[in-house]
Amino acid sequence: MTTLAYEVTAREHYRHELDALRQAGLFKEERFIHAPQGAEIDVEYPAGAPLRRVVNLCSNNYLGLSSHPDVVAAAREGLEARGYGMSSVRFICGTQDIHRELERRLTDFLGTEDTLLFPSCMDANAGVFEALLGEQDVLIADRLVHASIVDGMRLCKAPHDTFKHSDMEHLEEKLKEHQDKRFRMVVTDGVFSMDGDLAKLDAIVSLAERYNAMVCVDDSHATGFIGRTGRGTHEEKGVVGRIDIITTTLGKALGGASGGCVSGRAELVGICRQRARPYLFSNSVAPVIVAGALKVLELVGRSTDRRDTLAANTVRWRAMLAQAGFDVKPGESPIVPVMLYNAKLAQEVARDLFAEGIYVVGFFFPVVPQGQARIRTQMSAAHGPRHLERAIDAFVKVGRTYGILGKGRKEIVQQYGA
Amino acid sequence: MDELKRVILDYVKKEYLDDTDDRELAADTCLITGGIVDSFSMVSLKRFLERKYAIQIPDAEATPAAFDTVNSIADVVTRVQARSGAVGKVTAS
Repeated sequence: MTTLAYEVTAREHYRHELDALRQAGLFKEERFIHAPQGAEIDVEYPAGAPLRRVVNLCSNNYLGLSSHPDVVAAAREGLEARGYGMSSVRFICGTQDIHRELERRLTDFLGTEDTLLFPSCMDANAGVFEALLGEQDVLIADRLVHASIVDGMRLCKAPHDTFKHSDMEHLEEKLKEHQDKRFRMVVTDGVFSMDGDLAKLDAIVSLAERYNAMVCVDDSHATGFIGRTGRGTHEEKGVVGRIDIITTTLGKALGGASGGCVSGRAELVGICRQRARPYLFSNSVAPVIVAGALKVLELVGRSTDRRDTLAANTVRWRAMLAQAGFDVKPGESPIVPVMLYNAKLAQEVARDLFAEGIYVVGFFFPVVPQGQARIRTQMSAAHGPRHLERAIDAFVKVGRTYGILGKGRKEIVQQYGA
Repeated sequence: MDELKRVILDYVKKEYLDDTDDRELAADTCLITGGIVDSFSMVSLKRFLERKYAIQIPDAEATPAAFDTVNSIADVVTRVQARSGAVGKVTAS
C-alpha cells in the first residue's frame, strides 16, 4: 500500500505530541464508570482493572438528580411521546412544543425575560458574544472565567479586556478606559469552577449600571442550588432582574445530561435566536433530555430540600477538612478545593485517595494558576453522612502519609516545591 | 535595566499581579510560559504599549513567544518603533 508522505509526517507529529503530554504528566485518561452517576460508583481504573466501589467527590451532580427515578421516568416518557431525535436544527424542523415549554420554564426559574436552548453551555458561550457584539464594542472578563467563555470571546469580533479576579477597582478602571466603545459587556462566572468562590455580582451590576455596561454571567456551577431558592448567583447576591444575560447548563445540577441556554433580556435572546451559530447550525436538544429537564425544574421548584441538604453537606465537609488540618480555599459553594500547590503531590494524593475508595482528581497548571495545584472536591445532595465520614477518614490517612496536615502554603511548598 | 524595560515591568506588576502576590519579576522572567500572564489577558499589555509609544504592533508579532519576557517584549517595541520611525515618541497614558 502506498502512503502519502504528508500523512506520515502528520502522524509522526501528533504521535510526538502525545508522547510529550505523557512525559510531562499532562496526559488525560478516562476512568470507566460501570454505574449510573451517583454518590457511590463502580469504577474501572486503570483500564482493565477490577471494578472498585468508590465515593464520588468529583462530579457536578450537585442536587443528586442525575439518576433520580422521577427524572429517569420522565425522560422515558419523553422518549415514548416525542421520539429519540429531531434530525434537524431548531429553526428548520427541530422545535417541538416541549423545547418551547422548557425555554418558558427556564425563563420563569431564572427570573429573566426569554431563554434559548443550546446543545450545551459551551455552545451557548461560543455563540452569545459573536451574535451580540461587534468591532465597535468591548468584552471585559474576569481573568478566571471558564474556558468556554474565553473561546466564545475569541470567536467574537469585539476586542476584549480582562480584570483581576473579583477585583472591583480593576474592573472600574477597565470600564472607564473603554467608555469610547459603543457597548461594553462585563463577563463573569457566577461560581468559579476551580476556586468555588462567588462573583461579586451585586458590585459588578452596580458598576455596570454606573458605566453603562451589560452584564453576562455563566451560572453553570450555581443554577439549581445557589441562592435561597436555588435560582443562582444573582438570587444569592440580590440582583435578580438586573443581569442582561445568564448562560447556564442542564449538564450539572439540572439533571446532568447535556444542553445549555442563553437567558436574559428579550431582545438579546431574540438576536441570539437569529444569529448564534451553535444554535443555528447544530441539532436540537434531544426530546428525552428536554423531558427530563422539565421534570428536574418541577422538582427544584416544588421544594428546596435538596438545595438545603447540599448546603448542609458543604458546611459539614468544609468543617471536617479544616478540623483535620487541610488547607481549604475559603468559600460558600459546594466546590471545596483542598490546596496542595505542587502538581505532582496533587496527582499522588488523588491516586492514593482512589486506592482508599475516594474518587477525586488533582488539578494543576494550566487548568489552575502555576503553583496552585489542588484537589477539587464537590459536594452533592446525594451524599449522606456515611459518605462524608468515609471520605474524611481516607483524606486524613493519606494526609498523614504525606505529612501535610496542619500545614499551609508556605510549609507545603517548602516540603514539596511549588 | 533601561527605561523601556522598566516601564514594561512596572505595568506587568500592576496589571497582572495581585497585591498578595510575592513573586519576584525580572526582565528575563517567563511571563506566559511561567503562568504569570495568560495569553488571553496579554491584550491589555499590547494596547498599553501601543498607546504609550504611539505604535501599532501587528498581531503576527504579538505572539505568546514574543511576549513571554520583558526583554522579548522590549525587542518587539524597539523593532516596531524603528520600522515606524517613531523612536522616542511617548504619549501620555
